[in-house]
Amino acid sequence: MSEWWTYRAEDFLLFSPRVYWRMFELHNAALWPLHVLTLAAGFVIILLIAWRPGTGARWPALILAILWAFVGWSFLWNRYATINWAAAYIAPAFFVEGALLIVVSFLNGLAFDRRGPAGWIGYLILTFALAGQPLLALLQGRGWASSEVFGIAPDPTVIATLGVLLLARGRLLPVLLPIPVLWCLLSGITLHTMGEPQAWAPYATLALAAAAWVWTIVRRRADIMKENRA
Amino acid sequence: MRTTRRTFVRTSLATAAAALLPISLHAQHALPARRAIPSTREEIPIVGLGTWITFNVGGDPALRDECAGVMAAFFEAGGRMIDSSPMYGSSQPVIGYGLQKLGRPSALFSAEKVWTSSAAGGPAQIEQSRRFWGVPKFDLVQVHNLLAWKAHLQTLFQMKAAGTVRYVGITTSEGRRHDLLEQIMRNEPIDFVQFSYNVVDREAEARLLPLASERGIAVIVNRPFRQGALTQRLQGKPLPEWAAELGASSWAQLMLKFILSHPAVTVAIPATTRADHVRENLSAAAGNMPDQAMRERISAHVKAL
Repeated sequence: MSEWWTYRAEDFLLFSPRVYWRMFELHNAALWPLHVLTLAAGFVIILLIAWRPGTGARWPALILAILWAFVGWSFLWNRYATINWAAAYIAPAFFVEGALLIVVSFLNGLAFDRRGPAGWIGYLILTFALAGQPLLALLQGRGWASSEVFGIAPDPTVIATLGVLLLARGRLLPVLLPIPVLWCLLSGITLHTMGEPQAWAPYATLALAAAAWVWTIVRRRADIMKENRA
Repeated sequence: MRTTRRTFVRTSLATAAAALLPISLHAQHALPARRAIPSTREEIPIVGLGTWITFNVGGDPALRDECAGVMAAFFEAGGRMIDSSPMYGSSQPVIGYGLQKLGRPSALFSAEKVWTSSAAGGPAQIEQSRRFWGVPKFDLVQVHNLLAWKAHLQTLFQMKAAGTVRYVGITTSEGRRHDLLEQIMRNEPIDFVQFSYNVVDREAEARLLPLASERGIAVIVNRPFRQGALTQRLQGKPLPEWAAELGASSWAQLMLKFILSHPAVTVAIPATTRADHVRENLSAAAGNMPDQAMRERISAHVKAL
């Protein structure tokens, strides 16, 4: 693309906010009452993490894997791609994340024994994705019909995943992070370009997650230095 | 004139009756002016219908019907040219849906684009677009945003020679790459050129519009309201009294009249989601047009607000 520096984010926005939120209305109507099941799955993830710290992450990762693949197929591929051709290229990234989560689940590659601020931020983000995000539609005067629900819409699914990953430990963690982080950036830019105040949701998630990881890394290094001195 | 009870009642009844008239009768009173496409002298109404963003409604049945309603109002008011692109998401199938619903109006002047960096992929994309529209062939196919323009222009010239497209054009928007556009206008036998021009973005007046006149190239003006930003900015601000001299009753009409009064402009293609706005846009193409002094006055007034 020549003269790429002359393009603004607005130039890549192919649809109006009205069409965007109507898309969620139609998607919710088409999938209802599946929302009950996906939300229940989300709360099962919280219970598995909270009640069985230190044990394997097989089930949370597997549940997330199924939901990533489902959202990628049902929302991005079948619905969002009809108004945004770029979504057809993003949907495979959701399938890749789903596949990575399945591999992690199979290898039992995560452990949920994170404590301290990172863990609490993880719970905060996870709770927001499940219980807070669906309320944003109502708070912005759009009504329940266009709510974004975990396991049905991409933002709460991705945000919840970042919350889960903040609560986890494991060598495969870095492999699972890039796609959710990139989606949050992309979604934030899209919402911001549309002039939607709720762009703060993916942005704030990223900021909180980054702060938590930095804190964790700094704390770990400090602990290692203490051990070395001792 | 003093208003008596009788004149008041008579005027009110006339207004109410006018509001109840079918749209087609309103249209008969204000058919849009036409201008000739220089390469063939075929005349075309000077206001068309853009579909960027407004027609990208996906599979939403209510919004598809709304778009079909906009198209119906457009044809009823005497419009002909509808412009789209493969870049515009679902706009092409939504146009196809509207055309089918309206019984494939014979007035349609279909303006499409080819938008792919692959030279070999051009014909397949044009064919896919044609299927979306459900038309036997396009009236006009343009190279979108100068992308792979050399190869696509050759394809389009061959299609024109074979009779599978009537006119060939090239587009840009928001003032980008005017130097290259000018070079193509000088060297290639194109029928149409499309670029942005409006009451505040007047760069095209310096070279592109005079060159189009000189070379006999029809001009399509996109983003006449800067994608709605100008009409939004002027919302709530009073229209100057002198706008009535031109028969303009809204900012949109005044700004359209500014564009349409340039002699080199063939068609302006405002996009909208509302049938009443389509009628308003087309009625701007009828009646008085501003002279040069008035054009300067409009531009200065809008810039000052």
